[in-house]
Amino acid sequence: MSSEKVIEVENLTKKFGDFTAVKGISFEVKKGEIFGFLGANGAGKTTAMKMLIGISKPSSGEATVAGFDVKTNSEMVKKSIGYMSQRFSMYDDLTIKENITFFGGIYGLSRKQIKEKTKVLIQELQLQEVAGKLVGSLPLGWKQKLAFSVSLLHEPKIVFLDEPTGGVDPITRRQFWELIYAEAHKGTTIFVTTHYMDEAEYCDRVSIMVDGVIEALDSPGKLKEQFKTDSMEGVFLKLARGL
Amino acid sequence: MGITLQHISKSYKKVKALDDVSFEVNPGELFGLIGPDGAGKTTLFRILTTLLIPDQGMARVVGLDLIKDYKAIRKSVGYMPGRFSLYQDLSVEENLNFFATVFGTSIEENYDLIKDIYLQIAPFKDRRAGKLSGGMKQKLALSCALIHKPKVLFLDEPTTGVDPVSRKEFWEMLKRLKEKGITILVSTPYMDEAALCDRIALIQEGKILEIATPENIVNNHPKTIYNVSTNNTYQLIQDLKEYPGNQSVFAFGEFIHYTDVDKAFNPEDLKNHLTQKNHQQVEIHPAEVTIEDVFMDLASEHKTVKN
Repeated sequence: MSSEKVIEVENLTKKFGDFTAVKGISFEVKKGEIFGFLGANGAGKTTAMKMLIGISKPSSGEATVAGFDVKTNSEMVKKSIGYMSQRFSMYDDLTIKENITFFGGIYGLSRKQIKEKTKVLIQELQLQEVAGKLVGSLPLGWKQKLAFSVSLLHEPKIVFLDEPTGGVDPITRRQFWELIYAEAHKGTTIFVTTHYMDEAEYCDRVSIMVDGVIEALDSPGKLKEQFKTDSMEGVFLKLARGL
Repeated sequence: MGITLQHISKSYKKVKALDDVSFEVNPGELFGLIGPDGAGKTTLFRILTTLLIPDQGMARVVGLDLIKDYKAIRKSVGYMPGRFSLYQDLSVEENLNFFATVFGTSIEENYDLIKDIYLQIAPFKDRRAGKLSGGMKQKLALSCALIHKPKVLFLDEPTTGVDPVSRKEFWEMLKRLKEKGITILVSTPYMDEAALCDRIALIQEGKILEIATPENIVNNHPKTIYNVSTNNTYQLIQDLKEYPGNQSVFAFGEFIHYTDVDKAFNPEDLKNHLTQKNHQQVEIHPAEVTIEDVFMDLASEHKTVKN
């Protein structure tokens, strides 16, 4: 991991009328870091993430993602990042190859690039036999691995993963994390949310949001020390419910 | 008078969603159906709630026949489907009233049963259900499934996508319902929740892999699992996968869970091997087996046999 910062957030705030969903959060994420973004439902994670990926304007505060200001340069932010979530991954009615071509096109890749990328991607994920099948017919875990690879087609500096492994079977879930590790190793920054506390352990650093505020931010080891517990679940329970 | 399933199978075109599933849920039992997305859990729920007819096999719910007595079954069971299925445009209170009326009862009549849960969402009783947060929707859906005082409660992935704290609270609610004598069949993809059930069935690709109490599932596991950790987890996974005796290598929180094909496996050999590969702070210790370990082991075996 280098010391280059790819996400810098300073006092970022989002208000909806009288309600402040994100209350002046500040943090930095380094190049090649796996950054876990945790919090209870309704803590403000999704709102914060929407600002970082350039689809929601902050009410106040600053955020730079891949060197671009999310307020003034959100289009460049979108071009420099990858994004996948459990809800939106692929088009079920297109085949694997068609999905790759479609997203490659959206990301502005040339025909030649798309052709090359398709070949590599299908090989790496060992999808040769099913490349012509509709995505809708794939098991969820395969879909998610494919969606992750597709979100990396344009070689973004950062990829945002919103609960990528929800409901995925335990073996595929681990294969998915091996893909994440490999990508981080190449220098891509990973920003990930999850409700699986064992996955929090796989992150270099973890932040935990409670009611719009980042209440804790450190490596899993240090957080466990700080909260005097032997698991990330323990840390989470102590923070989110003051148990 | 719990639930009995005998040789239930169901296919959708070419896909076999359930393949010869048999088990029993005792009256008053909290029974967990543990398996990932696509395992067949929802199909099973839809069959037991009489919304889908199995291709083969038979089942009884509270002593009633699935086909012949389907109307009576519908009156005696509560069902919380995986997808939020209340009326988004009705308020919290209107939804509850609606379900009470459909079942020929009133909120007052069975308020005792839902009181604990409903009190938590009562401050929002005039809010439209569509505007509730995930956790509150879940509590409302549970209240609606309980309002006619069912003998059996079917909960299809009630905690999917829910944070660990709310999940914990939800399971505490289930425990209290169980104490009131309600039989509960609940499904979840979170293996840590399995430990909170009386008995569990592990299910994958339409087949039951094992049924037992959570304790017995882990105690009867025949393999020794080792916790392995070094200063470089990414490299460790690669190196363990290339180690000649490796049977399984799975990331598991802060450790890697490793099993070896060789019964005479000596952790010292592996330690030397990893040190030679430039790993530092190499730690190898026997691990406590979890339900997730057993599930992964059974699932891999199942796949190997099939291939």
